[in-house]
Amino acid sequence: MNRFTAFIIKEFRHILRDRRTLLILFGMPMAQVLLFGFVLTNEIKNAAIAIVDPSKDAQSTALIQKLASSGYFRIEKNLEAASQLDPAFKEGKIKLAVVFPPDFARQLDHDGSAPIQLLGDASDPNTATTLINYAANIIQDFSAQRKAEAVLPYQIEVQTHMLYNPELKAVYSFVPGVMTLILMLISAMMTSITIAKEKEMGTMEVLLASPLKPIQIILGKTAPYLVLSFINAIIVVLIGVFIFGMPIRGSILLLGLESALYMFVALSLGILISTRAATQQAALFMSALGLLMPTMLLSGFIFPRESMPYVLQVLGNIIPATWFNQIIKGVMIKGAGIEVLWFQTCVLGVMALVFVVLSMRNFKDRL
Amino acid sequence: MEAHVIFTDKLTKTFGSFTAVDQISFSVAAGEIFGFLGANGAGKTTALRMLSGLLKPTSGIAMVAGVDVMRHPEQVKRRIGYMSQKFSLYEDLTIRENIRFYGGIYGLSVQTIREKTKKLVDKLELGAHVDELVLRLPLGWRQKLALSVAMLHEPRIVFLDEPTSGVDPLTRRQFWDLIYEAAADGVTLMVTTHYMEEAEYCNRVSMMVDGKIEALDTPGQLKKTYNATSMDEVFRKLARG
Amino acid sequence: MQAIVVEQITKSYGAKGAVKALDGISLSVAKGELFGIIGPDGAGKTSLLRILATLILPDAGEAYLQNLHVVRDYKRLRSLLGYMPGRFSLYQDLSVQENLSFFAAVFGTRIEDNYDLIKDIYVQLEPFKNRRAGALSGGMKQKLALCCALIHKPEVLLLDEPGTGVDPVSRKEFWDMLQRLKSWGITILVSTPNMDEAELCDRVALLHNGRILAMDTPAGIRGSYERPLFAVRSDEMYRLIQDLRQWPGAYSCYAFGEYAHLALQQSLQGFDTQADSVMAELQQYLESRHHTGIEVLRAEPGVEDCFIASTKDR
Repeated sequence: MNRFTAFIIKEFRHILRDRRTLLILFGMPMAQVLLFGFVLTNEIKNAAIAIVDPSKDAQSTALIQKLASSGYFRIEKNLEAASQLDPAFKEGKIKLAVVFPPDFARQLDHDGSAPIQLLGDASDPNTATTLINYAANIIQDFSAQRKAEAVLPYQIEVQTHMLYNPELKAVYSFVPGVMTLILMLISAMMTSITIAKEKEMGTMEVLLASPLKPIQIILGKTAPYLVLSFINAIIVVLIGVFIFGMPIRGSILLLGLESALYMFVALSLGILISTRAATQQAALFMSALGLLMPTMLLSGFIFPRESMPYVLQVLGNIIPATWFNQIIKGVMIKGAGIEVLWFQTCVLGVMALVFVVLSMRNFKDRL
Repeated sequence: MEAHVIFTDKLTKTFGSFTAVDQISFSVAAGEIFGFLGANGAGKTTALRMLSGLLKPTSGIAMVAGVDVMRHPEQVKRRIGYMSQKFSLYEDLTIRENIRFYGGIYGLSVQTIREKTKKLVDKLELGAHVDELVLRLPLGWRQKLALSVAMLHEPRIVFLDEPTSGVDPLTRRQFWDLIYEAAADGVTLMVTTHYMEEAEYCNRVSMMVDGKIEALDTPGQLKKTYNATSMDEVFRKLARG
Repeated sequence: MQAIVVEQITKSYGAKGAVKALDGISLSVAKGELFGIIGPDGAGKTSLLRILATLILPDAGEAYLQNLHVVRDYKRLRSLLGYMPGRFSLYQDLSVQENLSFFAAVFGTRIEDNYDLIKDIYVQLEPFKNRRAGALSGGMKQKLALCCALIHKPEVLLLDEPGTGVDPVSRKEFWDMLQRLKSWGITILVSTPNMDEAELCDRVALLHNGRILAMDTPAGIRGSYERPLFAVRSDEMYRLIQDLRQWPGAYSCYAFGEYAHLALQQSLQGFDTQADSVMAELQQYLESRHHTGIEVLRAEPGVEDCFIASTKDR
């Protein structure tokens, strides 16, 4: 039997016989897509809000009615003055406050415009952003209705006191993010752990003392995970398409090739980690801290990159997931082709090259 | 002979379908050095852990220092000293810090700990190293120190799990000097070992095979019974069944 | 031809080489010899074997196996050496058969090719060939590991503490196997912490704190013991040892099984003529200390006595 085939057969036996690994390999991606898909994209319903309406006129009442009947908001408190807001927010009961001026209807009728203040509890920025967006939309809508009914062209100005206000993402924006995360997780983490396991169990000692070349060990260890990662990618896409109604507007072939490139980067990162980690625990720790956290936090998967401090944005640029996230969104949602995504692809290609060279050079053929 | 300080009756421990210790019954007198012999996986360590209150027996009775191990493991722990081959001292603490820590665990006063530290260090001739990390000590010294620390609170019973494994022959004998000395003071010592010659140093020896005590007697009597010239031969005859 | 040559090998670990594992070790092993490295934990056995197995680099010194340099020619060397690390280093989740065929493939060979060599050992494993390696007894694991190390018919076999974690019966069988392997012309270097296993080797080196205390045939080592030695026993071992240490002529006294070995201060030279009178004197001394069941014999020193003597002298 060929050395390499023997190695791969052995590797598949390890994977298939270890239920925990199998569960991590296939259970976790599915659970994560579903979890992230539902948790992160679920619309906010019945959020508790406070109203400060000193004018109490027909227009303000109508708008409050509209807010309350939207289904997004539940009016928790009707306050007399804006000064009562601070304690209410501190109590944590309300997430948003809508503050009307004392003479709302008069201002609207006379000046054609009136200010409304929206205050969000930014200690939870994502919720606040979403709520403010909802409220702003409803007010916008209300204003448009009035405009159509009334002879005079009047307008309501919406002033938000939140700097943190990116575009509201659609449900399926998270599927690409999860895919980016999972491919990194499976490819890098599992590879680094499986190599570290050989070190921990002492079997690496025997392999190194044999005529096996380092490249054979590396390829033998990574090839099975490349295959499994690819299967995982397909599963994630299928869940995205059939459960979350995610479109694939671009070329499926391109999607496959780009995913393969990204997995290659992740695998070589995994090997790089394994050259430093002596135990499975260390490998897990290093990949969780060094790969998982940055991928989740900095790649634009959960938090929009546009709103990050400059330093973090630059830092995000060296994370493969950042680029793959753009590629996969481009292909799936925007239907972009390689002519648009060539730059991101090149960046990933260079990363692949650098990491492969680095990991090969670091992979010692001694203890 | 004095009253029995350790007494077991059909003591058993099972892990799932695997019976690690299978109905062992024996008793040990005060001041006795009692050897637990057997191959790896014969159940020595499991038996020792049950007696020291670290592991709850599945069935059977075990009385240690007059306390029922099954019902009051915490009281047992307070009355015994325990030292194992794998864990004995914190490598990243100094000798002094280790002694202080273990003294603290057993509720000794600062004054007492200070006195004991001095006595212990003098006895083991470790004076120059008392503020060095345990990590830096040779294995043999570490084991001797570990035994002394395990006896800091002056327990009447001490359990030793393979205390001399891998230690050089000279240090091993110095270690046994410590064991003899403790026994001469009336301390009961229960020792597991896989060095068959060390079995000779025990007052009585029990041979464990697959969780059962296959033989229990003085070394001399065992050799007579099995018509062997050494304990090694006794063991081989027993293991072959 | 010398199959293994080690010249002044030094190896340190830790910051600034704080821990010296090997301190100028030199030895040579002839082709087909069964050579034992005997020493306690921390003596440097594993470091030495790993250097020879091309797994770690020495800080200084040279080492050759079959005339191949362990650092420069390590790639060629790896296909002709068999190495069994100190811990059980096979895949626990693979069966006996799967482990064996995997290692055969790694060395570019098949089980059938060198079956003659491992046949004796493998027949004992055959009934369990579908059992996972992790579920084997210590002795069986060791036999499987030996099979895996032998599968490519190595010219040099390096075994790091093969007896650790194995019951005495299996350990004896294991040594018998090594004796048989010698007949194939395989050079074997084996390390062990058990002094009594020295007798099973052709030659041994006693290793302590990274240095070689003595290197010779077991008989040669025993013959180098310089002091008269007595085996003494009485009904109270601990008191006996203490009393013997206080005896004016005593150099050292340690327990050895059921006897205490008493070494005298004087030299062995010309001692034979005084032996009987010394023994009578001893007997008298012990009786004066109220010992009962006294027995005093002239003892042949063992390798362990020699090891203790040379560590004590340092």
